[in-house]
Amino acid sequence: MSEAAKPSEKQYIPPPSELGSGQTSYTSITEKISSVVLTRSTPLVWFISLLVGFTLLQALLIAVAYLFYEGTGIWGLNIPIGWGFAIINFVWWIGIGHAGTLISAVLLLFRQKWRTSINRSAEAMTIFAVMCAAMFPLIHTGRPWLAAYWLLPYPNSMDIWPQFRSPLIWDVFAVSTYFSVSLVFWTLGMIPDFASFRDRAKNRITQIIFGVLAMGWRGSAIHWERYEMASLLLAGLATPLVLSVHSVVSLDFAVSIIPGWHTTIFPPYFVAGAIFAGFAMVLTLMIPVRRIYGLQDFITDRHLENMAKVMLVSGLIVGYGYFMEQFMAWYSASVFEGYMMQNRMHGPYGSYYWALILCNILVPQLLWIKSCRTSTIWLFVVSMFINVGMWLERFIIVVTSLHRDFMPSSWDMYHPTIWDWATYIGTIGLFLFLFVLFIRGLPLIAIHEIRTLLPIGGKKS
Amino acid sequence: MDEKITRKSLQVKDIRTRLSQNGGRAYWRSLDELANTDEFQEMVQREFPDQASEMKDPVSRRNFLKLMGASLAFGGLTGCTIQPPEKIVPFVRAPENLIPGKPLYFASAMSLGGVATGILVESHMGRPTHIEGNPEHPASQGGVNALIQASILDLYDPDRAQVVKNAGMISTWDAFTQALGKNLTTQQFKKGKGLRILTETLTSPTLGHQLKTLLEKFPAARWHQYEPANRDNVRAGSILAFGEAANTYYDFSKADVILSLDADFTFSGAGNTRYARDFAARRRVAEATESMNRLYAVESTPSATGSIADHRLALNSGELEALTLALAEKLGVALKSNPESTPYNDHSGWLDPLVRDLKKHSGSSLVIAGDYQPPAIHALVHAINQNLGNVGKTVHYTEPLEVESVDQNQSLTELVHDMRAGQVDMLIIVGGNPIFNAPMDLDFASALRKVEFRAHMGLYENETSELCHWHLPESHYLETWGDARAYDGTVSIVQPLIQPLYGTKSPYDLLGTLIGQGGKPVLDILRAYWLDQNLALDFEKFWQQSLHDGLLSQSALPRKDLRVDSTLQVSPELGKNLEEEELELILRPDATIWDGRYVNNGWLQETPNPITKLTWDNAALISPDTAERLGLKNEQVVKLDYAGQTLSVPVWLVPGQASDVVALHLGYGQNHSGRVGNGTGFNAYALRNSSAQWGGAGLKLNATFDYHSLASTQDHHSMEGRHLVRHGDLEQFAKHPTFAQEEGHNFPEDLTLYSGFEYNGNAWGMTIDLNACIGCNACSVACQSENNIPIVGKDEVLNGREMSWIRIDRYYTDLDEPEIFHQPVPCQQCENAPCELVCPVTATSHSAEGLNDMVYNRCVGTRYCSNNCPYKVRRFNFLQYADRDSESLKLQNNPDVTVRYRGVMEKCTYCVQRINSARIESKKSGEPIRDGQIKTACEQACPTEAIAFGDINDSKGRVGRLKASPLNYEILNELNTRPRTSYLARIKNPNPEIVES
Repeated sequence: MSEAAKPSEKQYIPPPSELGSGQTSYTSITEKISSVVLTRSTPLVWFISLLVGFTLLQALLIAVAYLFYEGTGIWGLNIPIGWGFAIINFVWWIGIGHAGTLISAVLLLFRQKWRTSINRSAEAMTIFAVMCAAMFPLIHTGRPWLAAYWLLPYPNSMDIWPQFRSPLIWDVFAVSTYFSVSLVFWTLGMIPDFASFRDRAKNRITQIIFGVLAMGWRGSAIHWERYEMASLLLAGLATPLVLSVHSVVSLDFAVSIIPGWHTTIFPPYFVAGAIFAGFAMVLTLMIPVRRIYGLQDFITDRHLENMAKVMLVSGLIVGYGYFMEQFMAWYSASVFEGYMMQNRMHGPYGSYYWALILCNILVPQLLWIKSCRTSTIWLFVVSMFINVGMWLERFIIVVTSLHRDFMPSSWDMYHPTIWDWATYIGTIGLFLFLFVLFIRGLPLIAIHEIRTLLPIGGKKS
Repeated sequence: MDEKITRKSLQVKDIRTRLSQNGGRAYWRSLDELANTDEFQEMVQREFPDQASEMKDPVSRRNFLKLMGASLAFGGLTGCTIQPPEKIVPFVRAPENLIPGKPLYFASAMSLGGVATGILVESHMGRPTHIEGNPEHPASQGGVNALIQASILDLYDPDRAQVVKNAGMISTWDAFTQALGKNLTTQQFKKGKGLRILTETLTSPTLGHQLKTLLEKFPAARWHQYEPANRDNVRAGSILAFGEAANTYYDFSKADVILSLDADFTFSGAGNTRYARDFAARRRVAEATESMNRLYAVESTPSATGSIADHRLALNSGELEALTLALAEKLGVALKSNPESTPYNDHSGWLDPLVRDLKKHSGSSLVIAGDYQPPAIHALVHAINQNLGNVGKTVHYTEPLEVESVDQNQSLTELVHDMRAGQVDMLIIVGGNPIFNAPMDLDFASALRKVEFRAHMGLYENETSELCHWHLPESHYLETWGDARAYDGTVSIVQPLIQPLYGTKSPYDLLGTLIGQGGKPVLDILRAYWLDQNLALDFEKFWQQSLHDGLLSQSALPRKDLRVDSTLQVSPELGKNLEEEELELILRPDATIWDGRYVNNGWLQETPNPITKLTWDNAALISPDTAERLGLKNEQVVKLDYAGQTLSVPVWLVPGQASDVVALHLGYGQNHSGRVGNGTGFNAYALRNSSAQWGGAGLKLNATFDYHSLASTQDHHSMEGRHLVRHGDLEQFAKHPTFAQEEGHNFPEDLTLYSGFEYNGNAWGMTIDLNACIGCNACSVACQSENNIPIVGKDEVLNGREMSWIRIDRYYTDLDEPEIFHQPVPCQQCENAPCELVCPVTATSHSAEGLNDMVYNRCVGTRYCSNNCPYKVRRFNFLQYADRDSESLKLQNNPDVTVRYRGVMEKCTYCVQRINSARIESKKSGEPIRDGQIKTACEQACPTEAIAFGDINDSKGRVGRLKASPLNYEILNELNTRPRTSYLARIKNPNPEIVES
């Protein structure tokens, strides 16, 4: 947008309900958001976060290098527990990613205007979470150098194709589609903001970088028209993905015959869990970021409260899932299902199960209380509980189902090793590292969309 | 000039001198050519004593390999110490029947405790790879136990003794012969007064003849025999009963009622493979109308045999003796004086029904006492069998199998006494490891030090070699000729399958050297001996036939009619019960590593004990109630104190063990055994003394606060209400023949819309008869040998990553008086296999014959198939388990089976390589594959013929018939997996009188 079009700064415009009181003009919005990247001096916290992320990333690199050198035996896996941290983390990260897509696509279609200030960072979170997630199914295989391409359907002289009946192949398609759509959506959404950055760049290098990224965006009406149409189409594409990706992931378990996995409730229950986990992670990230960069005007308490409400609802659906698992174990009258549930509650991993109930069912009930929903501290605490709880949920599903299945003679225990932890914590490092770079290097809030919130901005989407 | 060479240093100058003296040749074309003289080899070897000492250090494998590489290069220089100069030339005419890719089978025999079992050895291009039972041999009849099969791994063990050593330094056979000659000359003047030979139990007629020749040559010399798992008590019992030593063997095919008094006859000891086969044949009931034998087992610690008994009673030794006394009394055995002990307290209400049952089956009953029971029990059992009229029917007596039957404990004691008295100038130890396993009170080591010339021949350099001047590497039995007697005296021929891999010689060579036959090939010695026996008119033909059969026909020892005439004199101590809170120690050879000789055998180390399921360690086994009384937990280390000797060892709780009895297995705790065996287990010999070889009462136990983790392959012992092992008794079976099939849920056939696969050709299937399975692990080791299954080590077993394709699950029903069930679980080869549809790369897929084929090349290792396998029979190469470095171990691999790389899933294939080779034959000949033509490795090995494999389309075939049995059931078939492997329910035949009471 050219500067000429901007309204007079003196003109009074009442602040819109989606924004805080301080943000009243196009300039101030653009100024405030672009300054994070272009002008403002980088706060110390940013450097500390980057260092932490970078350090943890090294743990990942070392762990994966050693894994490729020595084999999956460095993890605590065994027979019967063929899947451990890798799959737990895969599901956990994929779940976290879901909030981003939900916010950017579904809420766009439902015209929830409050989403605009959080959608960019939520999308970034999606991209990074999916990157962390997608790594696991590959590295957890015994021979990743072959799995890397044998899982793809490519024409070959041997006429060998992947097994399309296997949920792992569905995963490959689901996750890769999800990642590409999310990436395109995210990148597309940033183009107008890149152009603003290009225009406001203080030096040549920044100008060139954002110039290239802006792909010749001039803000012409035809640009905007196409942009809006593309956004809408991509949102339409991404919306079913919110439901399908985690449904497909849940089929990894549901398709098998293992008690505790073989459950028809898994697809909706996993999707709800993903949204639950995803919003918790958005809150975990946004609460500190808005404080550090003083973005309270953009990410307002109202945003936080709305997210808390989504968490509360999805958390209740998850709770219903837990209840149905219990019910079916009893109602099926199957000795295997019954034992599985007994073992979850009272077996060697019983304490994990009760911790899961505490984190995912009991603690989120605090969100019924409005003062909790509006208190950043309470929200941060609750969302941390949910992050842990959702990880435990995947641990319970993967490990307790496998460790005692049909043949008591083969029952065993799972003891994660230092390499399991290093890989897990390493992906947190990767995520943090990427996210911190994103905050500093890219427009962390969609400037042009925020501007539409101003009454004079008109209605675009 | 050779004489001038000192031991310590070798001067390059000397070589130069030597070179200059080689006037005839201007050049030497290679170092070999120059070096290929014994003297030079000796010089070179002595030049590098460092290398020798380095080999003794506990080096890491990597270092070891470096050394191996170095020694290989070095070997090229010296041209090997012993191998005869041979030219490598291609075959001008191919040897008969040697077709690359096709194995050949040779009959041979393996002895353990001196007693031979006939085997067939599979050989691929000159490499023995696999051992099967010899169907023509009476001790095998085609079956073979785990120990025998695993012995092939010893042949290729890189830790085997490979060179002659003198005082720890590499030497040569010639040097030894020289040193020996010098000493023998001295002895000749003394008529051999200072010469002693110590062997293990020896039944080889040829070797015995050599020894006797030696004793004729040196009349004052003496020959001693000792091995720790000896049968002194059996011998003493027979002397007590008959006044002479005799060999007893049994005919289980005629026995209807059997009482085992601590005898693990199906699993260990002389003739076990044959006994297991005959015993199991009488237990097989396909129809409800058939009869079966009945086994009563009384034992202190649960054994494989006890686990299949119809009635099992856990008693401590005193109670067991009292029971035997009471039984003898009721069966009319007269004693000179009754023992002072309290009479047997029949809590279980067994005794009278048992007596009636035995009496009812006079002539077709059998009472059998364990090898480690005291002599009086053996004598009583002889008398009982005689009174029951079993002698000549189910019990047979012959002359002893041994060339010379001695009380080994006494024999060794005398040797030690002589050594200590300084009467022994030279001692030649052939086999064994007396420093490690002689009774502690003899202090063999200090006595041995007094001997001036000590030589030890053995497969491994062990504690004894360390203390001997000379260590002589012994050839493995697959590398040398020989002979030995089987349990009934049948002479079995030991036939070599391969030239010695290293510079080793056999005891026949060594004895030959001692009696002046030095250098004579063993085959010639063997043939000469048997030629002299005048067994056949046409010896050549007889000999060829014997080699083919693996035995000399009609060579079983003639049966003797021995009678217990006089009344028996038993010790007044017999049947003395334990005091209140007193503990008893019992020592037994280990189920897998025997007396310790297989401690470096990885297959056996990783083969779980049939009852405890422990691998890589032994433990102090105690019953749960005793553990409760003493406040002990599993794996808690206790300090055992027995007759002044102590040992710290972890405890392991074993349901079915007699109360107040601590059982320890011998053979573990060695530090000189090699990379596999070092540091495994606890040395139970430390508690053994010559007056109590198999333990006794008066054990003190002190708990410590330490724990030692033990690697068990099964952590959960209850079936948790799942219908895995189905069982009933004979009466139930007669009333309701299909009881087993109705147990649990069956998946209704019509519930699915899809029609099944069609199998128009062969459809392979398997049945496993739980009524015959004794849990002996023979199938599991057979599978390991056939399918190149790697071992993973104790840590990995603890991690739950053992690789066995056929595991044997063992379940208990109860903590204190459990029934014990064994269930071998190979891949079930499901028709609706859960593993197949979840593999993303189709690495496991269904074959046209109904197998779940595993394509190793295609596997990327997602482990999804294993997760989805309800039977958990899939095994994953989490790390690089297959040894790709040790050259000698590669020779053992079956060339028809892939060696798996890390990251690949593997599992039982029903020995698909055997199926394929039969199919190729069938295609060539146009004949269909016959029933029984393909035997899987597990089926072939199984001593009890519990496993049957074949075409299920062939309803008249063995498997077809067994699958039609009312006892046939599939496990977890409610999941609609439709397994091809099915089980025959276990049927017990309890005494109705005992059941009612």
